[in-house]
Amino acid sequence: MLVSGIKSRPVYPGLSPDPNARRNLIVCDRAGAEAVVELVARAGEDFVKRASVILVADDASSEEAAALQKKLDPVHVEVACSLDAAIAQLREILSGASMGLRLYAAGSEPLIGSVVQAGAENFIDPLSVRTEHRGSLMRRVQCVHCKGMTENVVTNPVKCAHCGLLLLVRDHYSRRLAAFQGVCINAEDPSDSPEPKVEFQ
Amino acid sequence: MVIAFKNETFRDDFTFSNSPAAIRRFPFPFHEDKYMYSVNIEPHVPGPKGSVYEFPIDIDEHYVSEMRDRELVLKADPGRCQALPHMMTAQWDMLELLMTSMARDYPEHFSLTQDGDRWHWINRPLGIDQKFTFGDVKTLPYEPMEYIGRQCQGDFSIQDQRDGQLWMDAGIITTQADWSLDFDIGMNFFEWHGPVPLAHQAGVFDRALKFLLNLQHGRPVRRLNWTMTINPRLDTSPENYHKWGVDRTTVTPENVGDKVHLRVELQGLWRLPRSNTILFSIRCYMIKMRELVTVPKWGRRLPRVLRTLPPELVDYKGLTRYRDTTLEWLSKYDDGAPTTLGCGPD
Repeated sequence: MLVSGIKSRPVYPGLSPDPNARRNLIVCDRAGAEAVVELVARAGEDFVKRASVILVADDASSEEAAALQKKLDPVHVEVACSLDAAIAQLREILSGASMGLRLYAAGSEPLIGSVVQAGAENFIDPLSVRTEHRGSLMRRVQCVHCKGMTENVVTNPVKCAHCGLLLLVRDHYSRRLAAFQGVCINAEDPSDSPEPKVEFQ
Repeated sequence: MVIAFKNETFRDDFTFSNSPAAIRRFPFPFHEDKYMYSVNIEPHVPGPKGSVYEFPIDIDEHYVSEMRDRELVLKADPGRCQALPHMMTAQWDMLELLMTSMARDYPEHFSLTQDGDRWHWINRPLGIDQKFTFGDVKTLPYEPMEYIGRQCQGDFSIQDQRDGQLWMDAGIITTQADWSLDFDIGMNFFEWHGPVPLAHQAGVFDRALKFLLNLQHGRPVRRLNWTMTINPRLDTSPENYHKWGVDRTTVTPENVGDKVHLRVELQGLWRLPRSNTILFSIRCYMIKMRELVTVPKWGRRLPRVLRTLPPELVDYKGLTRYRDTTLEWLSKYDDGAPTTLGCGPD
């Protein structure tokens, strides 16, 4: 479990099955899929019958994705080629979903944040989404200056993908934006450019 | 009382200054020769005549120029004013509180006529004459929070109360001390205070939240907070930090008196009647070091406070680059004599 002193960062307590849900919708990436395999193993047959998975396989070969699908069997797995594609698919499902749907997210923090965000847009309480962090500590960062998002950030500082300012990645997280805050690190002395160091791997 | 409004700027040529009367009424925040965080909340009851506490909403000589600066900020960055959709009732609550307070306490400058839902608002300093229907957004040129927020000094945020928490779900924030409404909107009390050092561990936010959840209508409260700003710049937002941050490197022993400002926030909290939300006002006052030392007690006390400030706070408040230069300049006003308790001038 990801433990930090960041007050604005949500807690990701780990996946647990909801025996009363009519439908269990799970979004995960390759690392998160391991948590889903464990969840399926300890949940009952009823849970499995009502569960489906959207697997983000952007960092997996087609053989690896197929192997994960097999491990999750008999749960139905849809493979998405990117996080954006998975979230688009999730939004589509949520827009037509009925009461009794339980949402789960497992994997990197940007994945969890995006799932919670899509849920909130459809009036699902963020605290009701069952979440587990697995794998990379990479972050999504919003530039406070140009408001652009930089994805898959592992270094601090990081160059904004939009305006090019060198950003200090602050330990301040917005659930609404599903992103950490990036603030220009050398505003007071533009000649001072600290080397990016890998901090979120 | 007719206020003589000044024509001044808070950017570019920075012509802002305080009159001698404005210096005397400055809300100096240190009641002793040292500082540490505390909840320091007190009832927002009327204070002495002429003080910043005389009326619930304080309007002063900087009013017209501050409203002009807010207009410039909002034009460049409309995201400084945002409200989540469920906050409309709260917006009307806020408009009512500000209009009734301003019209009652400054009748020379503002008037409000209420005939049922048909209201007539006149703002003489800004040349506004507006008839509208209370509760009908279509009858105002902006949503109610933005409409009155463009006519009242101070930033405002509105906190919704649910699940034993306060949620910052609306605000008009153009004079902030380095925090972003656009980033923080929708957060709860602990989340938006997340970056503040030391205070979480001291239990300050737990106690403050408990207190605020029980805030009652008609019994507003207030507290002071402070930081320092280089140049009298109202818009010290993180959004524009890459533009103003460099100011902090421009302090020299020669220009401390004019460039370095103590920035004090008079924070007021009101329970709003229809929405059960809490209105938080952050009214900013600035004073140049040169102006501040005209009050001997403040000239003695401020260097003592700055010298003993915990390093985490020096860093968090962004004072690191110019504290020593400022201290050196201020120290000639500290003759070592004891100071009297309390914030005001002797």
